[in-house]
Parts: sequence; structure tokens; C-alpha cells
Amino acid sequence: MENSPKKLRLATIWLDGCSGCHMSILDMDEKLLEITPFIDVVFSPYVDAKEFPPNVDLTIVEGALSTDHDIAIIKKIRENSKLILALGDCAITGNISAMKNLFGSDAVLQKGYFDLADINESKKYPSQIVPKLLDKVLPLHEVVKVDYFLPGCPAPYKAIYEMLKALIEGREINIYEYTRFGK
Amino acid sequence: MIREKVRVKTFKINGVDVTGQSNQTILEVARDNGIEIPTLCHLEGLSCVGSCRMCIVEIKGSREPTPACTAKIKEGIEVTTNSSKIEATRKMILSMMFSERTHTCSTCVANGDCELQNKSVELELQHSQVPYLNKRFEIDASHKNFVNDPNRCILCTRCIRVCDEIEGAHALDLAGRGLSTRIIHDMDEPWADSQSCTSCGKCVYVCPTGALYEKDVSEEEVIKKRGIILELVKNRGKY
Repeated sequence: MENSPKKLRLATIWLDGCSGCHMSILDMDEKLLEITPFIDVVFSPYVDAKEFPPNVDLTIVEGALSTDHDIAIIKKIRENSKLILALGDCAITGNISAMKNLFGSDAVLQKGYFDLADINESKKYPSQIVPKLLDKVLPLHEVVKVDYFLPGCPAPYKAIYEMLKALIEGREINIYEYTRFGK
Repeated sequence: MIREKVRVKTFKINGVDVTGQSNQTILEVARDNGIEIPTLCHLEGLSCVGSCRMCIVEIKGSREPTPACTAKIKEGIEVTTNSSKIEATRKMILSMMFSERTHTCSTCVANGDCELQNKSVELELQHSQVPYLNKRFEIDASHKNFVNDPNRCILCTRCIRVCDEIEGAHALDLAGRGLSTRIIHDMDEPWADSQSCTSCGKCVYVCPTGALYEKDVSEEEVIKKRGIILELVKNRGKY
């Protein structure tokens, strides 16, 4: 590990999730110091990068796909990344984010912007700047090929640490020793 | 009634010779011989219906996989429990269970004590292989103690069997067909209005998921007394 010639170019992105999985990454605490010498964080909520860069080794994706923006960015991520890791239950199953599928996006917008809104002077849904909601929230693997799945709600920090360590060291691990769906 | 004579049969499981009695199933003989076959709708003490298809095995010469919990053993058959084809088929079946209903476990009272969750870990199903259908069912929370949430139901029919075979009430049954099939009480009345339900709670105890659960109980407090059924059967001298 010490003689690793090249740092892993790592990206992380937060799509339709609660950011709990990104919190879990930070929850590694002092173990982050163990990991950081081997990675270069090139795109993430943690760093200030506006455009998703090319030649990424690993992109960790938290959250499900719920908007046209999510679809566009996940396709770009797939093009620019060697490996994609679906982090957490939302990315893998849709989870909480996909619960609105049972009612549909229109019903959710109606509830949020009309039924429960105290002020909505335009009498419209927001349609500019914010991305358009898809009819259905989708897990990542329904749109792009996903290389690794790390379940959990949120994914426990220990599982993320062990996964990253294994990827840096180039060995395989059984992720179910550290996490499972709903954990 | 002429009782069929029980005979000893010899056959092969995964290339190993095993023997059992002619009234035994492939699953029973496999377990007697320490060969593990995954099950889900099966519960020790209840009858076997083969509804979940988790226990499918290959029998040489047969084109279709066979559920081991309902198939009686036969002399000379060659059973394979763990071929790559069988394992892939089990994963697909499990995927279909996950995709048919909404198993969002983060809010589920059975979380951590869910046999469907456990099965996904056991069979190493990383993600559903088929798209989610997102079909919504109404929840029946009319009963004073229990809730029926068809969104988490895998239609294993354990609840129906325990109510019929152990409690003797047969308050539960299936209604509808295919994807719309639901567990109902009596003639599809609200649970609270069921004339035949004794409120014993056995259906809740045997439910492998969070489809049937106790009211006002948090995730940590859920106790599923699945083993109690076998105890009851033993106490009645039927086992």
C-alpha cells in the first residue's frame, strides 16, 4: 500500500438521498487519515468542483435517480469513471426516495406546492433552475452499469472503510460481513 | 382407509447417496443429512405448499426445477441443490419478490428480523434483477392490536396455514390473482370486523416480513415467535 505509485482518483456525488451516507463517509473519523494518502478527491460535496471531471477511477454515488438532471449526470459519471459504487439503500433499491412512486410525482408536487403551501403566488410548480422530476424514482442499476453495491441506511462507516481499503489494496471483500439492507 | 406402506428409498443429493422414508420430502431428507436448501415460505410445524419457490432443486431428467419442500422422494432420483442455474433462478425469484411490492425496510417494524432481508444476504442478491413495480395496496389497521400491510407481503401463506392448521379458525385466505393477490380476513372484511379471527396473534408471529405486525411496537421491540408453532404441534403429539 505504501508504494502505491498512483493515487486513486475518487469522486462522490449526492443524488436523491438524505446525505446520511456522505455523513457516514465522514464518520470514519481518524480512519480517513489512513485512507487519504491513497486517494485524490476530484469531485464531491466535500470539495469545490463544478464540472464532473474525466478519468475518475471510482465514483461513489449516494441516492436514487429522481430527476432529468440525475439521469444526465449518472450517464456522464458512467462515461468518465472506471468504477461506480452504489452507496446506501437509496442508490441500490430506491428506498425512502422511491416511496413516492406509490403515489406518483404529480401527487407529491400537488401536496408540496399546493395542498400544504401557505404561499404560492405563481400558482405553479417550479419549472426553472430546478430539475424536472421523473415519473418514477429509479435505483442506479436500472439506468447504468454499477460495479459495486454497498447497502445500508445509512451505509455504516465501517463498511465504507473496509470497501475503500479493499479497493485500494486491490482485493475482494464480502461486504455482507459489514452491512445489509436496512441496517 | 388403506394406509400406504412406508418404504425406505435411496437416492442421490449432490452426488451423495442418501436414504429416507417414502413419505418424506426431498427437503426433509436433505436436512436430515445436513444438506442445506434455502426456504422461505416453509415453517417447521406447518404444512408445505411450495409457494415461494426458494427451495427449488434440479432432478435429473426433469426439465423444470422442483420445489424440494413438496416433492416426495423417489427411488434412484438424482437431485442437485446448488447448481449455478438453480442459484441464478433463486436470485431471480427473490428479485421478483422484492420488486412486486414495496419492501422499504428503513421504516419497517420487522427491520433486522426480516426473513426476506436475511434471504437476500444468504443468496448474495446485491440488487433486484427486475424493475420495481411500485404497486400500492391499502393497509388494514382496523384491528385493535395488529396491522396487515399487503405492501410488504410475499404471499408465503404462513399466516393462512397457521390460522387454519394450528388455531383452527381459518380467518385468513387469499383473494385476487397474480400481482393483485392479497391476504384477506373472512370475506374481505376489515380485520376488526372478522367474525372468525380469535385475535390470537399467531399469524403475526409467523410472518417472515413486516406485512403482519403488532401495533405500537418499535423496531427494537418486535418479537416474532416463529418457533412457538413447532412447540404447539409437539404438545399436541402430532410431531
